[in-house]
Amino acid sequence: MTERRKVVIIGSGPAGLTAAIYSARATLEPLVIEGEPSSNSDQPGGQLMLTTEVENYPGFVDGIMGPELMGVMRSQAIRFGAEMRTAKVSRVDLSSAPFSLWIGDPNADEPTVSADSLIIATGARSLMLGCPNEDRLLGYGVSTCATCDGFFFREQHVAVAGGGDSALEEAMFLSRFASKVTIIHRRDELRASKIMQDRARANPKIEFLWNSRVIDIMGDTKVSGVRVQNTLTGVESAVALSGLFVAIGHEPNSSLFKGQLELQDNGYIRTIEGTSRTNVEGVFACGDVQDDYYRQAITSAGSGCMAAIDAERWLEEHGE
Amino acid sequence: MSEKIVTLSDATFDEHVKGSDIPVLVDFWAEWCGPCKMISPVLEEIAAEHEGKIQIGKLNIDDNLEITRRFDVMSIPTLILFKDGQPEVRLIGAKPKAQLVEEISAYL
Repeated sequence: MTERRKVVIIGSGPAGLTAAIYSARATLEPLVIEGEPSSNSDQPGGQLMLTTEVENYPGFVDGIMGPELMGVMRSQAIRFGAEMRTAKVSRVDLSSAPFSLWIGDPNADEPTVSADSLIIATGARSLMLGCPNEDRLLGYGVSTCATCDGFFFREQHVAVAGGGDSALEEAMFLSRFASKVTIIHRRDELRASKIMQDRARANPKIEFLWNSRVIDIMGDTKVSGVRVQNTLTGVESAVALSGLFVAIGHEPNSSLFKGQLELQDNGYIRTIEGTSRTNVEGVFACGDVQDDYYRQAITSAGSGCMAAIDAERWLEEHGE
Repeated sequence: MSEKIVTLSDATFDEHVKGSDIPVLVDFWAEWCGPCKMISPVLEEIAAEHEGKIQIGKLNIDDNLEITRRFDVMSIPTLILFKDGQPEVRLIGAKPKAQLVEEISAYL
């Protein structure tokens, strides 16, 4: 039997859980389909589950651990009556309201849930390099999670591919364990914030390999090195190291909605400026799945609040 | 933690894993690992649903470096399924329950 809900929220990072807190307090009894365990930023709790200290979330003078922050947000949503389901949505039909959502078999005749309004907070996931041997050596020296795996590279040389804040954060974290951390970046300047750049440059264990990209990963049973190519000269060289951490950016988790919602060229869901409304009435988007610019926990949480308020007003206007 | 899950250490690993009549699925984890926390409840469910067919053990890598090194664990969570004391299946990273069960289904 299809279950009917006033508000369904897909995703459980800061955006999804803030939307859950607000819509639960508005007595809309939201169902949060929070995702399933995974190690690539497509998991319950979102990308902060793969971080350590969060220093810029207001309210925590001494910082807070990412997984702990998400744990308390989740408890707060549950306290007001949000229902959490550890599952993944396999298909949606947004052609008419109430909207249909499938969990499990996407070809089942009946949808699992039908939703009067839908809040999409599916976030973004880490991009992989796509070079040879990356998949084969994932978990054997190739990693997307420095906080999970940094510990195993004590007194070893590792590299981080990428040049944004998350790449530098990973490098700073890895420098606690590794003897040397090389940041491999395809340009000669960083995208990262000034404070992170200053910290990284001041760290004696961190060095930079500019204008370079990883084109192959070497190693039989575990990583022994990478091949890099200079992006200006095309010259290839090999670097011996035992770990490669990939932090080259993110892509939105929006494939579920392709063809049903208007997306930007880069795949992010398009929302009407200053609101969380998508091009489908009654469907709202918040957090990183619709934000390719700010991408912060606090802006995600803020947009989750907007989505809950937009959904609540939309339900009021369209009667029940 | 449920009593269906056994806590393993460097000292007790061989006794539990080699001495077991049924396959043992060992979870290499640590307190500071977010994805490890995510799969913890999944493992409790699997332990309860397949009681008697599979034993689930948890090994804290911070406290048990010897076993962690013996099996070249370089990423957590790593799950290794042992049959007759031999590693048969190795799963790296947090995965959904259905996928975990699928990957070890031949041993259930």
